[in-house]
Amino acid sequence: MASVLCPEVTPPGFSFENHQRNAFLVKKGFPAPKATKTGTTIVGAVFRDGVVLGADTRATENTIVASKNCQKIHYMAPNMYCCGAGTAADTEFTTAAISSQLELHRLNTGRVVPVVTANMMLRQMLFRYQGHIGAALILGGVDNAGPHLYNIYPHGSSDNLPYCTMGSGSLAAMAVFESRWKPNMSEEEAKVLVRDAVAAGVFNDLASGNNIDVCVLKKGTVDFIRPYQVANEKGQRINTYKYKKGTTVVLNQRVIPIVVEEEVVRKVPGPDSEESMDTS
Amino acid sequence: MAHHNFDRFAAGPLWHNGPTPGGIYNFPGRQVEDSGRFQERSKQPITTGTSVIAFKYDNGVEKGVAIAADMLGSYGSLARFRDCRRLCKVNNQIIVGAGGDYADFQYVQSMIEQKTIDDECLDDGFSMKPRAIYTWLTNILYNRRSKMDPFWNNFIVAGMQDGEPYLGSIDKLGTAYEDNIIGTGLGMQLGVPLIREAIERKPLMSKAEAQQLLVHTMEVLFYRDARSFPKYQLGFITPDGVTISDPLYLDNQKWGFALYKK
Amino acid sequence: MAVVEPFAGSRPMEANRFSPYSDNGGTVVAIAGEDFSVIGSDTRLTVGYAINTREQSKLFRLSDKTVLGSCGCWCDVLTLTRVLTARLQMYNHEHQKVMSTPAVAQLLSTMLYYKRFFPYYVSNILAGLDAEGKGAVYHYDPVGHYERNHYYAGGASSALLQPFLDNQVGLKNMTNATKEPITRERAVAIIKDAFISAAEREIHTGDAVMISIIDKNGIKEERFSLRKD
Repeated sequence: MASVLCPEVTPPGFSFENHQRNAFLVKKGFPAPKATKTGTTIVGAVFRDGVVLGADTRATENTIVASKNCQKIHYMAPNMYCCGAGTAADTEFTTAAISSQLELHRLNTGRVVPVVTANMMLRQMLFRYQGHIGAALILGGVDNAGPHLYNIYPHGSSDNLPYCTMGSGSLAAMAVFESRWKPNMSEEEAKVLVRDAVAAGVFNDLASGNNIDVCVLKKGTVDFIRPYQVANEKGQRINTYKYKKGTTVVLNQRVIPIVVEEEVVRKVPGPDSEESMDTS
Repeated sequence: MAHHNFDRFAAGPLWHNGPTPGGIYNFPGRQVEDSGRFQERSKQPITTGTSVIAFKYDNGVEKGVAIAADMLGSYGSLARFRDCRRLCKVNNQIIVGAGGDYADFQYVQSMIEQKTIDDECLDDGFSMKPRAIYTWLTNILYNRRSKMDPFWNNFIVAGMQDGEPYLGSIDKLGTAYEDNIIGTGLGMQLGVPLIREAIERKPLMSKAEAQQLLVHTMEVLFYRDARSFPKYQLGFITPDGVTISDPLYLDNQKWGFALYKK
Repeated sequence: MAVVEPFAGSRPMEANRFSPYSDNGGTVVAIAGEDFSVIGSDTRLTVGYAINTREQSKLFRLSDKTVLGSCGCWCDVLTLTRVLTARLQMYNHEHQKVMSTPAVAQLLSTMLYYKRFFPYYVSNILAGLDAEGKGAVYHYDPVGHYERNHYYAGGASSALLQPFLDNQVGLKNMTNATKEPITRERAVAIIKDAFISAAEREIHTGDAVMISIIDKNGIKEERFSLRKD
């Protein structure tokens, strides 16, 4: 064990420290904890000058809605965003990890990072973990070669497509694309189509719901609209549920006074003072 | 439970405790253990049909039910039989559409046909109404699921009930419900969302518009359902009676996206 | 989820086996007052992550004094209610009177226990007026255990709603709560509010609520919309 004074540098990657113990516990009938699934409708479509991504905002734990406004369109780079479906934590950490590498890449090369680069990095990471990282992604972005859209599966395969859908609402959303997508749409047409595709998932798939987020990527600009639409208004409750004071039983009461033994005041230098820390 | 030997529809034994025609005979004193394996046939479907979709339309002038199913009989992943009719006319106000095991469907179809004949023989000027077939099918399917020997089908009953469009669905468990839009299998996942959206946009549809929507939905289903086929049939039930089309082909397919430059 | 699970399908034979049951969702809530009962159910019928229909009430009117709310495995619900209705009809013909709510409650229990080893997978709540005209709510487990209570929530959202009812109707664990009988308006409002909350957090509950209010003048029905996602 590393001492407190000299902490051991943890190796990069996942810790498998408890793997054997947990496998043993599972065998003994102690169930492994369940991860939050995004139970999702995520979509992407290419239009004349760029890419539109869309997502619902519901996260579920089995049949319970865990989050009503979770963000499923993740930042990758200034010219790239990525929708995530599957295990919420996996989509968040995978996109964040690759996003930081893309930023380093951008700083190193001084150029707009190509979308293929992000696609390749994501696939390589997912393939390395053989599907154990449950992230199903839709990567969209615009680089010097134009708009790009990639569909990336948890096992590391990927597809370059003009329109794609993922998650539990993917069939409902794909039906909309298959009936209405056409090449060279205008931005407004594409936005409405993406909204309708996500809405098909929201209203027909139980694990998708709440709001619709849309992200439009064009050369040099990003327009992240969150929420683009609140698909359903929350019902108005009739009663008020405030309790009268004293509703909770007080079983006993004890007061412990705080005794001030000493008072120390230390001045912290402001950012503009001469003593400010050198961060260059 | 050796009820496969006591099928209600089977002929009686040739002599007391003797073999039944077509049945399995155990010689007296050498009782063979019933492994129960004879029932396993129905625990998975063999030759299957995919989705059926149907919806009601009514614009005040024209009303009725539109129903469609493709004509493929899949044998696992093999596109084996290409002329399987899955819409059947029961009488002049009912169409039954079926997905799932094709053999089970044909057996149920023969029962329905016998019912229709019995109904005709009464010669009382009345004919079965769609809800009667719907309830009857619900009972038949629930009984078989309760014997753990289900008919592996999804049925859609479409018709005119007392002058109003009628639409109901029954699955292999006997789960039954009525609605304005019904799809089975992938038709529920892919087709129903499209039809729900289209009807929300335009609640009052003519027969021609309903047909256009139905054909379009069949096209989308063909794009994404790997067990589907571009040859299909349309059925309409209107106050004037029942029509089931000759085989039609999806000849308006769009594959333009395949030219998308990567 | 459309996502490929790492170990999904490692037991292909198990996955392919026929199961005679399915979970078709649905939630039922009932509250009994001094001289009335209120019972509500949502109208969403589901299978897996799909919506079969948005317009399927799970309330079954058994007489002018009794309503059954029933959800779970829908094919069992259909069969159970059909057989129950037939039994009530037979009683009617035999005795020339409508069966009382407590008697229906006992009959339902007997019918459920009859299927003890191949149960109806159904969550039942029976609401109505008893012989004295007092509001009554009975709830059941799938194999026929039953109890009379003032209020109960059953089905998909029962775990969310029962604690809420314990607090707002049962007035449990509150020091200064005045235990006076619940009014009809408040009972209806609580049922509506309960379903609004359930639709927010439980994916199988939504679309609309059908509410039946039972009193000595008969049964009044009401419909109330919920979110559709």
